[in-house]
Amino acid sequence: MTRRAVTHRRVSRALAVAVPLLVLAACGGGAPAAPPRTVTVLAAASLTEVFTTLGRDFEADRPGTTVVLSFAGSSSLAQQVNAGAPADVFAAASAATMRTVADAGNAAGEPVVFARNQLVIAVPRGNPRGVRGLADLAGPGVKVALCAPPVPCGAAARTALAAAGVALTPVTLEQDVKATLAKLRLGEVDAALVYRTDAAAAGDQVTPVEFPESAAAVNEYPIVALAGAPNPGGAAAFVAYVRSPAAVAVLTAAGFQPP
Amino acid sequence: MRTPRAVSTGRAPRGLLVPAAAGLAFLVLPLVGLVLRAPWSTLPDRLADPAVLAALRLSLLTATMATAVCLVLGVPLAYVLARVPFPGRGVVRALVTLPLVLPPVVGGVALLLVLGRRRLVGSHLASWFGVSLPFTPAAVVLAEAFVAMPFLVIAVEGALRGADRRYEDAAATLGAGRWTTLRRVTLPLVAPGLAAGAVLCWARALGEFGATITFAGSFPGRTQTMPLAVYLALETDPADAVVLSLVLLGVSVAILAGLRERWLPSR
Repeated sequence: MTRRAVTHRRVSRALAVAVPLLVLAACGGGAPAAPPRTVTVLAAASLTEVFTTLGRDFEADRPGTTVVLSFAGSSSLAQQVNAGAPADVFAAASAATMRTVADAGNAAGEPVVFARNQLVIAVPRGNPRGVRGLADLAGPGVKVALCAPPVPCGAAARTALAAAGVALTPVTLEQDVKATLAKLRLGEVDAALVYRTDAAAAGDQVTPVEFPESAAAVNEYPIVALAGAPNPGGAAAFVAYVRSPAAVAVLTAAGFQPP
Repeated sequence: MRTPRAVSTGRAPRGLLVPAAAGLAFLVLPLVGLVLRAPWSTLPDRLADPAVLAALRLSLLTATMATAVCLVLGVPLAYVLARVPFPGRGVVRALVTLPLVLPPVVGGVALLLVLGRRRLVGSHLASWFGVSLPFTPAAVVLAEAFVAMPFLVIAVEGALRGADRRYEDAAATLGAGRWTTLRRVTLPLVAPGLAAGAVLCWARALGEFGATITFAGSFPGRTQTMPLAVYLALETDPADAVVLSLVLLGVSVAILAGLRERWLPSR
């Protein structure tokens, strides 16, 4: 489903990168092609559903333009950008992660925050264990999945747990928020700390439990056009589009908060 | 009178040399880059990091356990495939080889869907024995064994097929029973193949990533093996990822050195 689509997108992205590289290597440069009509967007995993929608809307607004999306943990994407991945736009789930890209000189201009998000406790439908707050997760026999600390949702989870004074040992630390949620959807854990929007996107499979300490760990989502963008015009247009009223409506409907 | 030019293996067509050199460079240069980029000055400190040691210890332990599982199950399987004719043997052999060509992450998903705590086998394990496999070191062992066992089975089966059966026949005519023949004649005969298969199996288990992260998750000291630690470290401290990679490279070179008699005959 979603994950498969993501993987497929990743694969096509890898091919999209590899094939032109091979052709370039074979021709030793060659004449410049027609102006690029593809906008390559690297986005935090928690933006999977909403950016898929925004990408489609953007394409509908500009016939002939293709938006290629790649979703993963923000820290993994930041590392790809800093390693020279040929992308146009980067949208991260935390300002700290975005800063690693800006500090490396890979951002074209100043990143702008376009949305905010906060954590909920995702539990199976109907909340069979009666989880009401973070303290319930520290009990014996409760299996919890968290994001790994380098990933924004992992950092937020740490902050929230510290704010609640709850020490818990998760069974796994996953690479991005969707992987964390997947462990819950597969029935392998009893609870997962994920963004409110991810729990909502999972539909009625998942019940979200709000908790007060998540206010201490609100994530800001910055977006920026990349310095090495193959399509700088498309990059600027996409960044502007994400901040347009139409896009804000899509983001709000998905459960994101305005910046 | 001219003597016909000897056809010697030393005279390959010139045109092959360039791609051959490129092929060699392609395989070796990335590893050279890894060694050159290593933070040699801080290497001892980084290696002494408890997190690195925990990942290394877990990796060595689980790879060894997985090899043990593969030996217990794989050697009999190889023996049956090599020595016992039965209908559908080709199909069985293909099934055994499947994990070899299957993307490991698919193996991880398959294990999760069978051994997960709410699944076909996993739910029975939970209700009968109170055992839950996902997110435990045992899950790491199973994921590694699933991916590595074909290496052992293929190596041992090949050795069994290549072994001279007349020794076994002689043992039988001298009155040795089946178990005695297996233990005293067959297994010693295939010992080099068995050892090579076990080492290969261990190395594959040590490097396992996809099935492990899917089935066992990732938690430091419990299920986060060296390859998982490399992947995670790359996002936080790339120098740490290089150090961890160097350790795995060192282990691989050591394995190759140990097997050089078998794979790299000096002639």
